Amino acid sequence: MICPGGVVYNLICLSPTVIVVRAKIETKMGLTKKILAGDVSAAARLISGLEDETPDALDEMSHLYPHTGKAYVVGITGSPGAGKSTLTSNLIGHFRTQAMTVGVIAVDPTSAFTGGAILGDRIRMQEHGADKGVFIRSLATRGWVGGLARATLGVIRVMDALGKDIILVETVGSGQIEIDITRAADSTVVVLMPGAGDEIQMMKAGILEAADIFVINKADRGGADALKTNLETMLMMKTQSAGTWQPGIVLTEAIYDRGTVELAAEIFRHREHLTAHGELAKRRKARVKLELMETLESYLKDYIHDIDKGDYLENFVDALSEGKTDPLSATREITSRLAGDLCRRHDDK
Amino acid sequence: MAQRKSKIKVLLAQFPLESHNRGIITVAGMLKDAGMEVVLIGNDLPERIIETAIQEDADVVGISTYCGGELALGADLMKSAAEKGIKESTVFLLGGIFPPHNMARLKELGFSATFLAADRAEIVSCIQKAVAEKKSSAQSGAA
Ligand SMILES: Nc1nc2c(ncn2[C@@H]2O[C@H](COP(=O)(O)OP(=O)(O)O)[C@@H](O)[C@H]2O)c(=O)[nH]1
Ligand SMILES: [Mg+2]
Repeated sequence: MICPGGVVYNLICLSPTVIVVRAKIETKMGLTKKILAGDVSAAARLISGLEDETPDALDEMSHLYPHTGKAYVVGITGSPGAGKSTLTSNLIGHFRTQAMTVGVIAVDPTSAFTGGAILGDRIRMQEHGADKGVFIRSLATRGWVGGLARATLGVIRVMDALGKDIILVETVGSGQIEIDITRAADSTVVVLMPGAGDEIQMMKAGILEAADIFVINKADRGGADALKTNLETMLMMKTQSAGTWQPGIVLTEAIYDRGTVELAAEIFRHREHLTAHGELAKRRKARVKLELMETLESYLKDYIHDIDKGDYLENFVDALSEGKTDPLSATREITSRLAGDLCRRHDDK
Repeated sequence: MAQRKSKIKVLLAQFPLESHNRGIITVAGMLKDAGMEVVLIGNDLPERIIETAIQEDADVVGISTYCGGELALGADLMKSAAEKGIKESTVFLLGGIFPPHNMARLKELGFSATFLAADRAEIVSCIQKAVAEKKSSAQSGAA
């Protein structure tokens, strides 16, 4: 076809031939069995289900759950461009030399305007893309705030069940330090770079409390030592009690893979500290609670949306518009009915 | 799980030695604006592109090519896709600069569509249509 300006566009959109795809419906527990046997594509499909919050995927998670809890989870957060993806790639390489298997969850933002997303973290990790001991998955936030995707905790479980020893979670890096990651991860690494004004941001955001390990990346550029001194001063001002963890500060040059071994050592030092002081169990309990709350919320939300069919809700809306009731009274009435529905639904199962 | 995914996920890649990436970046932006989730991986070998598509559970694999070799590398890509069992369930596209007479051969290999150049609406609607057709045939296949 000829378009304005005389440019010739040539487009052939061939209609895909109709083919019969292998039966995709999995029997109950089918995916879990495959994932436990190391089936990457089963894991990838379950993750998609979690992203979409499909009932099937949520159901599958109750089969998968008992097989999880072994992996160590490390969060990597920090401003955009600080070097999170490059560092993550370096860490993958290092852990592989230690004969550990690695899962990576790389989160990038969804556009609030279009709902689309460009997931570009993987470019820097692609050298590990075909290593059988590595599973990398990009996730879009899909409106979830706090630097993670809603499905993150579930995806961690899936990679854990797949047998990954270490799971690295790279957050969005919204410019603000994201605290959510500290609840999802066992160790949280905060990546800073010289000249970005990160110090002020940190003090405002309370990141001194949230970080387990600091990385000053791009140490090949000037200013890294000054940033380190500032950071040390700020950390010293924190009140310390005996036995509390002292966050280490690691200087790295991620593009040259320098400082990677030191960073990995610091992560393991932190893990040992957590284990020795009973902190790991505490952190994981907090994470489990978060998971419970999220599951509860999404479960109830499904039922609430189910109510909005037919004229059940409309009757309340009419009564509200006519001033015959108020939102809280209506909610009480609706939830009593919901409670009855839920009990019946569970009895049926 | 045969339900339709709520978002179309597209993996965009280039074969090794390709250095021209303006096209792929423009297309990525267009697809994002159309509400799709686009994974970028840069240059990689055919079998590694397929391995990535599996990990990402991509609905669409789009290849951008300018420097030739699309028939040989395209064939490798399709061979790998068939071996890994995703050839039938995934939409494959190829765009960039290549001899138009290769289009028929690329179709035979299994590419759903090839673009010498295309405006935004056509790439987007082409992907939407091709994904919908794959999904409906998957559904009837599973039923
Ligand atoms: N000079 C320098 N540049 C780096 C270093 N580490 C990463 N970069 C560059 O910084 C940019 C952002 O890196 P990336 O890992 O994508 O950062 P992210 O946005 O935090 O994931 C890229 O162009 C990297 O090549 C480093 O140690 N020194
Ligand atoms: Mg990144």
